[in-house]
Amino acid sequence: MNNSIALKSILTKETQRFLRIWVQTLVPPAITISLYFVIFGSLIGSRIGEMGGFDYMSFIVPGLIMMSVITNSYSNVASSFFSAKWQRNIEEMLVAPVPNWVIVAGYVGGGMTRGMLVGLIVTLVSLFFVDIQIHNIWVIIATVSLTSATFALGGLINAIFANSFDDISIIPTFVLTPLTYLGGVFYSISLLPDFWQGVSQINPIVYMVNAFRYGFLGISDVSITTAFTVIGFFIVTLFIIAMTLISKGIGLRS
Amino acid sequence: MTNASETYALQISSLAKTYKGGFQALKGINLSVKQGDFFALLGPNGAGKSTTIGVITSLVNKTQGQVKVHGYDIDTDLEKAKSFIGLVPQEFNFNQFEPLMNILVNQAGYYGVTRKVAIERAEKYLKQLELWEKRNVAARTLSGGMKRRLMIARALMHEPKMLILDEPTAGVDIEVRRGMWDFLRALNNEGITIILTTHYLEEAEMLCRNIAIIDGGEIVENTSMKALLSQLDIETFVLDLDCKDKQIELENIEHRVIDDHTLEVDLSRKQTLNQVFEQLSNQGVGVLSMRNKSNRLEALFVSRIANKKSNNKTKKPAGVEV
Repeated sequence: MNNSIALKSILTKETQRFLRIWVQTLVPPAITISLYFVIFGSLIGSRIGEMGGFDYMSFIVPGLIMMSVITNSYSNVASSFFSAKWQRNIEEMLVAPVPNWVIVAGYVGGGMTRGMLVGLIVTLVSLFFVDIQIHNIWVIIATVSLTSATFALGGLINAIFANSFDDISIIPTFVLTPLTYLGGVFYSISLLPDFWQGVSQINPIVYMVNAFRYGFLGISDVSITTAFTVIGFFIVTLFIIAMTLISKGIGLRS
Repeated sequence: MTNASETYALQISSLAKTYKGGFQALKGINLSVKQGDFFALLGPNGAGKSTTIGVITSLVNKTQGQVKVHGYDIDTDLEKAKSFIGLVPQEFNFNQFEPLMNILVNQAGYYGVTRKVAIERAEKYLKQLELWEKRNVAARTLSGGMKRRLMIARALMHEPKMLILDEPTAGVDIEVRRGMWDFLRALNNEGITIILTTHYLEEAEMLCRNIAIIDGGEIVENTSMKALLSQLDIETFVLDLDCKDKQIELENIEHRVIDDHTLEVDLSRKQTLNQVFEQLSNQGVGVLSMRNKSNRLEALFVSRIANKKSNNKTKKPAGVEV
């Protein structure tokens, strides 16, 4: 059995899916991000002045890109995997000799692909509003890859437990969005009182946004080593959880 | 894998399944299907047919027992066992928004078939099943019969040695159904083992060589179709007659006159059709055509299920004196 062909097939299927509905998957982030730039960047940002030594527009660009990557990698897998469960076409893979890790890797790879493609689109849109500088391209690539993988795994776990379409919108609405907004996208956490700085440090998105911002601007509220350690911890933990759930057939097998 | 196992496409022993909530869907069934067989698994709704198929294909976790596919135990060699099976499930379970070609090519990929080979096979099966014109449309636009054929094509993409079809002709019109029968016969002639569940008993009688009847999670009959049908005591024939205004009487043969041209006769195993023809001929009545009235298997199926129910009723409850 050639697992690479199976993996490629799942990746192809997942990519075909979000490209087929590009109006729902690729266009909205570009429009949303343009509105953020116009409102927070041009209108409000011009009154804020500098943050972290950069003008406000340049400061928020990495966070806005990362916000799009997080949202899209999560929702792609949550939506696709739950739809496959709901339409029962997940059985196409379950009856085939596809190892569980290939199923997990295929869906996560699909989520990463959409997350990073949306990230690229948002980056291109941002070029209309601000000159982007790059401090360390490898940190940028590593952060965006690992962050999209983390949230794709999160979306997969959400979809495994979900019993209705409502169940895959609860976590993004009530957990993901607040964590992202409080994750230092629009501000430096050094501006917060000590207590709230401490609270922010248990928010994993703080580490992802800051590592990503470091890649562009060379500034960060947290140590880059700590940031990658935290991201790595979440990836390993979520991967183990996803593999355990799929191996046990939770939500998939009677 | 033993040599004995090599002759069997499927071996099930002491298979039991109890769902959450305590419902016992399978109560330790034993079943063997030889390679190359065309096998019918029949039973009323809720008898355990789909659960059995679910366990074989790993969509349902068994509670106990052993299942081997071409000698490979699903507990120890699941991926190898899966590679032999093609499944056509009862419910439509493909992505309704995907084009047919993508569904087939991706499915082949899950079995390690390269894209180039998969495209060639997809073309072959889509043409054979008269779906080629629809290859680029979304699956949801297909009719019910086309969707059933799509699932057969999908199950064949990795060229399995054993094809399991769970009510493949449900809701399909008779013309399409007959076309599917021809297609399945041809596959069986190529050496593919076919296991079929169906509500159309005529279908099982026409296609299958061996049969198991399952009811209440237990196998109540497991034999060859020929042996089962030979147990029939009475067979009913419908005769179209060439006669006008004649009072028909048959001695020692149960019969009913349906209308001026139609006669039904019940023949026991000791009686022959020649006796009927002779008596009709003596009365100046010709026979234009003749057919079996009811599905013969249906009578046996009903009697087996009824027997089981009456046996269960007469069983004494444990610990109760009567």
